[in-house]
Amino acid sequence: MSFPWAQEYKPQGAVSKWVDERLPLPRLVYNAVGAGYPVPRNLNYFWNFGVLAGVALVIQIVTGIVLAMHYYASVDGAFNSVEHIMRDVNSGWFIRYAHMNGASFFFIVVYIHIFRGLFYGSYKAPREMIWLLGVTIFLLMMATAFMGYVLPWGQMSFWGAQVITGFFSAIPVIGEPLRQLLLGGFAPDQAALNRFFSLHYLMPFVIAGVIILHIWALHIPGSSNPTGVSVKGEQDTVPFHPYYTAKDGFGLGVFLILFVAVTFFAPNMLGHPDNYIPANPLSTPAHIVPEWYFLPFYAILKAFTVDFSIPFTGIIIIEAKLMGVLAMFGSILLLFFLPWLDTSPVRSGHYRPLFRKFFWFGLIPSLALLTYCGGKPPYAQWVILSQIAAAYYFAHFLIILPIVSRIERPLPLPNSITEAVTGKPLETAAA
Amino acid sequence: MVRLVAFLVGLFFSGMLLLGLGDTVIKAIQEPEQPTAEHEFHETPVAVSFAHDGPFGKFDRGQLQRGLKVYSEVCAACHSLKLVAFRDFAALGYNEDQVKALAKAWKTEVPSVNPETGEAASRPAIPADKIPSPFANEVAARAANNNALPPDLSLITKARPDGTAYVYSLLMGYRDQAGYKNAEGKELLKEFPDAATPAGLHFNPWFANLNIAMASPIASDDLVTYDDGTKATKAQMAKDVSAFLTWSAEPKMENRKSAGWAALGFLIIFTVLAWMSYKTIWADKKH
Repeated sequence: MSFPWAQEYKPQGAVSKWVDERLPLPRLVYNAVGAGYPVPRNLNYFWNFGVLAGVALVIQIVTGIVLAMHYYASVDGAFNSVEHIMRDVNSGWFIRYAHMNGASFFFIVVYIHIFRGLFYGSYKAPREMIWLLGVTIFLLMMATAFMGYVLPWGQMSFWGAQVITGFFSAIPVIGEPLRQLLLGGFAPDQAALNRFFSLHYLMPFVIAGVIILHIWALHIPGSSNPTGVSVKGEQDTVPFHPYYTAKDGFGLGVFLILFVAVTFFAPNMLGHPDNYIPANPLSTPAHIVPEWYFLPFYAILKAFTVDFSIPFTGIIIIEAKLMGVLAMFGSILLLFFLPWLDTSPVRSGHYRPLFRKFFWFGLIPSLALLTYCGGKPPYAQWVILSQIAAAYYFAHFLIILPIVSRIERPLPLPNSITEAVTGKPLETAAA
Repeated sequence: MVRLVAFLVGLFFSGMLLLGLGDTVIKAIQEPEQPTAEHEFHETPVAVSFAHDGPFGKFDRGQLQRGLKVYSEVCAACHSLKLVAFRDFAALGYNEDQVKALAKAWKTEVPSVNPETGEAASRPAIPADKIPSPFANEVAARAANNNALPPDLSLITKARPDGTAYVYSLLMGYRDQAGYKNAEGKELLKEFPDAATPAGLHFNPWFANLNIAMASPIASDDLVTYDDGTKATKAQMAKDVSAFLTWSAEPKMENRKSAGWAALGFLIIFTVLAWMSYKTIWADKKH
């Protein structure tokens, strides 16, 4: 679907016409990211991050395919093959550092993209499906990133794999067999490394497939916008090309400057020194931490310290460890239900005074705190802070948001996007 | 229904976390964490500056050559450098013949096979070889070193936080434990009588657990004679070998930095042009 005023693709010349009649691929692109896609005229820079996430995926796929040409998935050879890429392969150091930091930058832009969706209510009707597919992409990304981090077979690779697959053994009865099935053995070893490599190569293409669905679903209702007010007419929109291709080009430049600055001048800033030590199953690092983008979830996992038991009987119903694992997965899975937890008809946080307070003074600080505490050793002060922050995180989405949606009195919305932009009523502000 | 279930789940998770919070607070009050000697006396690397620091920094070739000399005459007795090949030494400013001579003169030979009998043998190194390790395997390395394993040094400056300064600090960091005080004036053995260094280990506050198996490798001046006439003080040797090990961990650092400036220059021009076209295209649209 598209708006009735969307520009129509008109093939120029005989060849384009011939192609358009047989396989209208140029038409598809024209309608997806060309002049045929009308987009609200008032998008701010937060709307750049979807395109940037797509670029980050392409960077990861291109650098990853080249790395796979030189990488050797073997417990004896993986670490040295990465160093071979760093030392002997032509520009291998660049490909490898770009892939390594590209993962971090992929998560940075996706986190900002998710933040945008959370604040501006992009998950609300009629865009629930876009949101569900987005959360699916996020889950796939996490699995891909985790398996990718195992491949260099350094100390953090090995022990990270050990800890993360260990979560599964917390599940009663089927946990341990499930863990062995995942690893292909009792501990991370050759079988695990081989299958992680295979899946790490596969999953980006699965992600690309879900992204196509994500964009398809986006083109049904069209893009949301910072006011959250639906598009009312042609004056509210501009064609994607050239307006947003130009704006995205500028955003891409800024993104690449930051990415290049880190990749070339501080390439190990976001990594962990221990991963430059070859994996050693007999020597546990003093302090096992995941990559920075997993730290909030790692903090949630560690925040559960008491068993759920019947008081005074000593009967344990759910062990603390299992609860931590459930909560960690739950903290992401609950996002699937967000469109039905936040029932406020107003999308944008700008017009929701109460929501905005909980968002800025509750959710954002608690996520920042979880990220910070996740990287800290398990001393009491960090555990206490993560417990407070994690309790707030769950309460925010599962308890506070539904109540806020019910009791909040939203601010008056502008009548239309054009009115919000020009400050003039719709009738007089024909652009 | 969704909201009711969510409410209960949220109540359960948040409730268990708050119970846990109470538990953690009570435990922290009842049994506060005891300070440990490692925690109180471990030192972070000292500040030390090198020619290769910063976004424009380049390696000092003379320093790398001096560092190689320290490595080959001191460190290489125990520590391998498996990821570096002799041919890589061309990057230190040696010509082809010098690299060949370096390889041939290396103290440890390369393991090989006698072509006639098939028995294990060894041969002098050639430029294509990786630096031969001082010990045949881990068991031999441990047997010769009081059961401690000297780590490979190829990546050591990337495998430790602030690695270059760490190597320098560690080499310069051997102290007499009796009466040792940290910067706060606390005396180690008074605060932690149990932290006395066990026999066979050596006290060094820059090592993670304060006691390192390696005896001070550059305990005195003039362990090596530099070809360029630089006086081989302890600090000079420590600094030179730290620089050399920075190169061995990141031999492409100079390519990386120069390519980085080229990429940044290109991207800044691109971004300015993109910004100008963005402003031009949107000039007629209020947004």
